[in-house]
Amino acid sequence: MSAHPGVAALEPPITEVTPGDEPPATRPRRRRKRATNPHAQISWRTALRRDWQLYSLLVLPLVFLAIFRYLPMAGNVIAFRRFRPGGSIFGEEWVGLRYFEMFINDAKFWQVFQNTVILGGLSLLIIFPLPIILALLLNELRSAKFKRVVQTISYLPHFMSIVIVAGIVFQLFSMQGTVNQIVEAIGGDPISFMQRPDWFRTIYISSEAWQTVGWGTILYLAALTQIDHTLYEAARIDGANRWKQTWHVTLPGIRPTMITLLILNIGSFMAVGFEKVLLLYNPLTYPTADVISTYLYRIGIVSSNFSYATAIGLFESIIGLTLILSANALSRRLVGTSLW
Amino acid sequence: MVTTQASELADKITEPYPIRNATLLKDSRGYTTFRVVNIIVLFLIMFVTLYPFINIVAQSFSSEGFINSGQVNLYPRGFNVETYKTVMADSMFWTNYRNTVVYTVVGTVIALVMTTMFAYALSKKHLKGRNGFILIAVFTMFFNGGLIPNYVLINALGFKNTLWAIVIPNAISIFNLLVMKAFFENMPEELEEAAAIDGLSTYGTLFRIVLPLSKAVIATMTLFYAVSFWNSWFAAFLYMDKRELYPVTVYLRNLIKGAETATSVGGAGAEVSAVAANIQSVTMVLTVLPIIMLYPFIQKYFVSGVMLGAVKG
Repeated sequence: MSAHPGVAALEPPITEVTPGDEPPATRPRRRRKRATNPHAQISWRTALRRDWQLYSLLVLPLVFLAIFRYLPMAGNVIAFRRFRPGGSIFGEEWVGLRYFEMFINDAKFWQVFQNTVILGGLSLLIIFPLPIILALLLNELRSAKFKRVVQTISYLPHFMSIVIVAGIVFQLFSMQGTVNQIVEAIGGDPISFMQRPDWFRTIYISSEAWQTVGWGTILYLAALTQIDHTLYEAARIDGANRWKQTWHVTLPGIRPTMITLLILNIGSFMAVGFEKVLLLYNPLTYPTADVISTYLYRIGIVSSNFSYATAIGLFESIIGLTLILSANALSRRLVGTSLW
Repeated sequence: MVTTQASELADKITEPYPIRNATLLKDSRGYTTFRVVNIIVLFLIMFVTLYPFINIVAQSFSSEGFINSGQVNLYPRGFNVETYKTVMADSMFWTNYRNTVVYTVVGTVIALVMTTMFAYALSKKHLKGRNGFILIAVFTMFFNGGLIPNYVLINALGFKNTLWAIVIPNAISIFNLLVMKAFFENMPEELEEAAAIDGLSTYGTLFRIVLPLSKAVIATMTLFYAVSFWNSWFAAFLYMDKRELYPVTVYLRNLIKGAETATSVGGAGAEVSAVAANIQSVTMVLTVLPIIMLYPFIQKYFVSGVMLGAVKG
């Protein structure tokens, strides 16, 4: 439902045409050249007869979406029903809001909720601006070759499995790892980073930055090349130095890209790197590391409280959906850029 | 004066970005300083990005003693290839490595077929109901069933401990779908019309005209899917109970977690609790090796794919 306006925005508007005005089934190209869109009114029967081969291509993918994307959405009803392993995937009997009341009154839930918000907020605040800064720095390079080398290297971590990243983190932050060697070199005592809750957020954010920053620059660099060159000349003739050119020409030029990515980031705010947290945390670091998704993983998969975990998951996805919808609406109203 | 400079500038602009012409206007001292600092900063960023990889490779060739006393950083100490031999002598490592290859190949093939079918049909603007189908697909980018309903579903389908649990639920990535759809939409219509006039059916057009001309996007999609299947671990972790079914990423995950999950039926029982750092490093190196080798090719395709998806998505 939410995405509908966005999808529609990509297409030419469908103008209402009274049936009978149009000759049936002409060649696509001629039809497209008309001002109105006659496909809005051909009947499904005609459409199916004419394009049955195209529709046959759609069958498998639609079945796929129905089973593996929409059925699980419907499966969320087990948040309101008691589920018994081995029973129906939609649960056995209605229990109302029982499971929602359970997590509202669960102190542990509020702790993981807080951790999620903090980790998500830190990611947004720290990780989001970094690709913009890196793109601006790259943009100031005069050597195209050097620029390409830096870019190629900065993308590399993006292609690594999250398991490899976790492995690297464990080794760098181990008692005899590089980070502790630096700590010792400047006269400190080695720190057991991976066992300390107060270090988890720093480690998470820095590894996230390492892995995503270079990749994040792609879209900004593409946006930078779209900026009208004459604006720079005009600014220079008006006496703007490099900094002022950046501030008054470059940054406004990439603003639509920034806002689009910001909306998307806000939408995934609650879904902080589940897999990465799962790999990096341990019971000692739960106080800061445990997030909603890892908590519901333990409740649901490890302890088999499917209904309870589903209630938590549904709550989490509804917050996520609400965030992206409101961020989008807000940005459309305030700056006129939106996803749809 | 100003006008001559401006016209000179206009004549000389051939670069994608007019910065080269800054030589015509002298750089301020502040800007020159900035450029030097900028280059230093970018060198540092490159070093920081590469260092973890260098460190892992150095550890993989080092002896345990040097690693445990914290002496291995940029180059191996106590150079040896014994660890490689040890890891490669582990039959479970090879079983899991082969699983990764199988999951990647099967997953990529299924995903390619499904995504191509979907993208091609959706790229036809005259298709009735097209907007609705796109909407159905795109909505799943913003809302999904969540971990537990998916888990229950996969179990109910009997996919547990089979390849299908990994391969089928990831058969269509909506992002890839949008990239491919944009590519098909940009194809010259005349080609397909000519094919239709010559009597080719939709299938004929797809197989004989469109797909042969779509090698670039198919290569991109192959890479996108192959890398994601190669790197995935969670689906296998969730749905595979037997060690001999794990992909190498789960093998590695268990090494890293100190084999704390040695619960598999008929497994080796209690495993060593701490796995030596050099063994972990070797496993990591071997796991990323195919990606590193493909990286120069991968990179280019991925970047153009992401841009296509961004512009048209």
